[in-house]
Amino acid sequence: MRSLRRALRGVRWYVRELTDESAYDRYVAHVRKDHPQARVPTRRAFERMRTDRQEKDPRQGFRCC
Amino acid sequence: MRTANVRTIVIWTVVGLVGAAGWSVLALSRGENVSAAWMVAAALGSYAIAYRFYAKFIAYKVLKVDRTRATPAERLNNGIDFHPTDRRVLLGHHFAAIAGAGPLVGPVLAAQMGYLPGTIWIIVGVIFAGAVQDMVVLFFSTRRDGRSLGQMAREEIGPFGGAAALLAAFAIMIILLGVLALVIVNALAASPWGTFSIAMTIPIALLMGFYLRVLRPGRVSEVSLIGVALLLLALVAGRWVAESSWADTFTLAPSTLVIWLVAYGFIASILPVWMLLAPRDYLSTFMKIGTIFLLALGVVIAVPTLKMDAVTDFASRGDGPVFAGSLFPFVFITIACGALSGFHSLISSGTTPKMIQKETQVRMIGYGSMLMESSVAIMALVAASIIDPGLYFAMNAPAGVIGTTVDSASQAVANLGYTISPDDLARAASQVEEQTLLSRTGGAPTLAVGVSEIFSQVTGGSLRAFWYHFAIMFEALFILTALDAGTRVGRFMLQDMLGNVVKPFKNVSWKPGLVITSAIVCALWGYFLWVGVHEPLGGINQLFPIFGISNQLLAAVALAVCTTLLVKSGRLKWAWITGVPLVWDAVVTLTASFQKVFSSDPRVGFFKQRSVFQDAIDDGKVLPPAKSMDDMQTVVTNSTVDGILSAVLALLIIIVIADALRVCVRHIRRPALSTLSEAPYVESKIVAPAGLIPTKEEKEEERRAVTPAGT
Repeated sequence: MRSLRRALRGVRWYVRELTDESAYDRYVAHVRKDHPQARVPTRRAFERMRTDRQEKDPRQGFRCC
Repeated sequence: MRTANVRTIVIWTVVGLVGAAGWSVLALSRGENVSAAWMVAAALGSYAIAYRFYAKFIAYKVLKVDRTRATPAERLNNGIDFHPTDRRVLLGHHFAAIAGAGPLVGPVLAAQMGYLPGTIWIIVGVIFAGAVQDMVVLFFSTRRDGRSLGQMAREEIGPFGGAAALLAAFAIMIILLGVLALVIVNALAASPWGTFSIAMTIPIALLMGFYLRVLRPGRVSEVSLIGVALLLLALVAGRWVAESSWADTFTLAPSTLVIWLVAYGFIASILPVWMLLAPRDYLSTFMKIGTIFLLALGVVIAVPTLKMDAVTDFASRGDGPVFAGSLFPFVFITIACGALSGFHSLISSGTTPKMIQKETQVRMIGYGSMLMESSVAIMALVAASIIDPGLYFAMNAPAGVIGTTVDSASQAVANLGYTISPDDLARAASQVEEQTLLSRTGGAPTLAVGVSEIFSQVTGGSLRAFWYHFAIMFEALFILTALDAGTRVGRFMLQDMLGNVVKPFKNVSWKPGLVITSAIVCALWGYFLWVGVHEPLGGINQLFPIFGISNQLLAAVALAVCTTLLVKSGRLKWAWITGVPLVWDAVVTLTASFQKVFSSDPRVGFFKQRSVFQDAIDDGKVLPPAKSMDDMQTVVTNSTVDGILSAVLALLIIIVIADALRVCVRHIRRPALSTLSEAPYVESKIVAPAGLIPTKEEKEEERRAVTPAGT
């Protein structure tokens, strides 16, 4: 039972990481640790910033043939 | 001297024997039916040995990866694009980024020469060229803060070679987009089921985009689940549409599809990323990884038998209907991405090096992902080789060769040396609920037939049509995403180039510039798509070789940059690691370009083709497969454009290689003149394993890092 729960947690972690769903949590952790005086953006603002960055440089996240 | 323990020796002996058994059966069986399991055994055995020994040797002896050196992800961590990513996650990211339609389509077309030449090149090519390129580019880009291939070419070779590399990359992007779009058109033409399902992906993606932007920002997993469920619904609904009175609305001629696709590419590329591109990308990544996994499972469970010959007569005669030219060099050109892909160097430099935790992981991420991509190519080759060869040639020969009825096709296939009855051809089409399977060139429909064959061996024949359209949807989905993303990248390159002349273009957000450059890029690939659809001689067999050549030329640029860097960084002794693949790739590709330009066989040489048709026009004659004087004019124009394009591409690459050679020679003569722009050494504080499974020492090291000594 415990190992099953651990496996499920592992799958959830992997999916969240692979889809970059965890990007916001990661960014918040980064800001809190390295720039404690800076304001943490809301999730909405953060996700907008992320797509805006991709807009500016489409080579980010480009896929192959 | 380290000694290997008995268990290791036993394991690697068994792995070696499995691979050797696979190769022996493939090589020695003639005229009997061979199981696809041997192909899989040969591939997996060879990959394992190459990964364990050759890749390790390159990583530790040649590149001298340093586990104490901090990567850009650690040094420049900004929580967004630079951040140390778990190696297992990054493997998934990198694989999803490099895997696309290329390794699925190329091997299917190359099956015209039999399954053996393709198998050999996919496996040998990836081990000694493709995976090496991906890993070495990844390593050098990691040492340069994630610089792109173009930047590295400019910095390490020089502005001249760099500019040639940039121009070549742009031209290659255009050809890539044109050919991929052509694959889609050939798969969707006159197929209401497929066209409806693919059209529905647009509203689904818009809905997902809205959800992520407005309703629940960042909740990617749940929106992807909703999207995939809707996608499967659209797939099932496609059958109802095809059987209803709406069928005619979604039954589109190729030339209509061209207009829709170009319009789609243009509008999608000027819309904000969040609306279409980002949600589409989630959908296609989910479908891609899911389908590849299912396909691997299907091959292992069904263990189908190969029906194609090991080597067909077209290999030596060079008059195959799928693409013209003999085995050398055209089998290598056609397979392209599954064995060696220049495009991967754009991913290995740029996105991935900004996320890698440890230099020691370049083997797993760079070499390992490419081995996975190669196994996808092997599966595509299996799928193409298990269908009846008669059906294969009826599907992949241009309409000019096989005509438009099942009777003429059956006759034409018999002339090619294979047999299939008109009834069997009609039944094959009705089994997958398509109006016709004749001349469905481009590889995607053939792959879909093969995939539906494998899957229905597992799930039963009643789902065959569903699996066929599932496979078509899966390919169309990521090709459409590639059209959008590729147009944006092409536009970005063009904005950069034009910006040197007209200042405002440099600002990538300047709306008029954005619209103009997007329109130019779409018009350019749209031109090749239009040409491919209206080419009397058959679009895929004319254009696919140019696509293969351009991809392999980009690989030559990447390998030239790698070799230059090996020489300049004091690894002259090991320069052959990328130097030999470079020479091989350059010989293959330049031979192919040379033949495409100068061959006196009108099926192969573009200018010979031009002059044959021009002479006929002058005499007032119409040569088959052209049907009218207009067709004749089209052939003349197209072969002129294709010929000039082949020549220009080859010339650009010769410039890059010559410039790289100049830099190498100068470095050997007077090392003091060279500069190496490597980021300075900073000590790493991250502890992470190098491979997928941590070794005992690495586990121990991680434990120590969590609980520092003294506490």
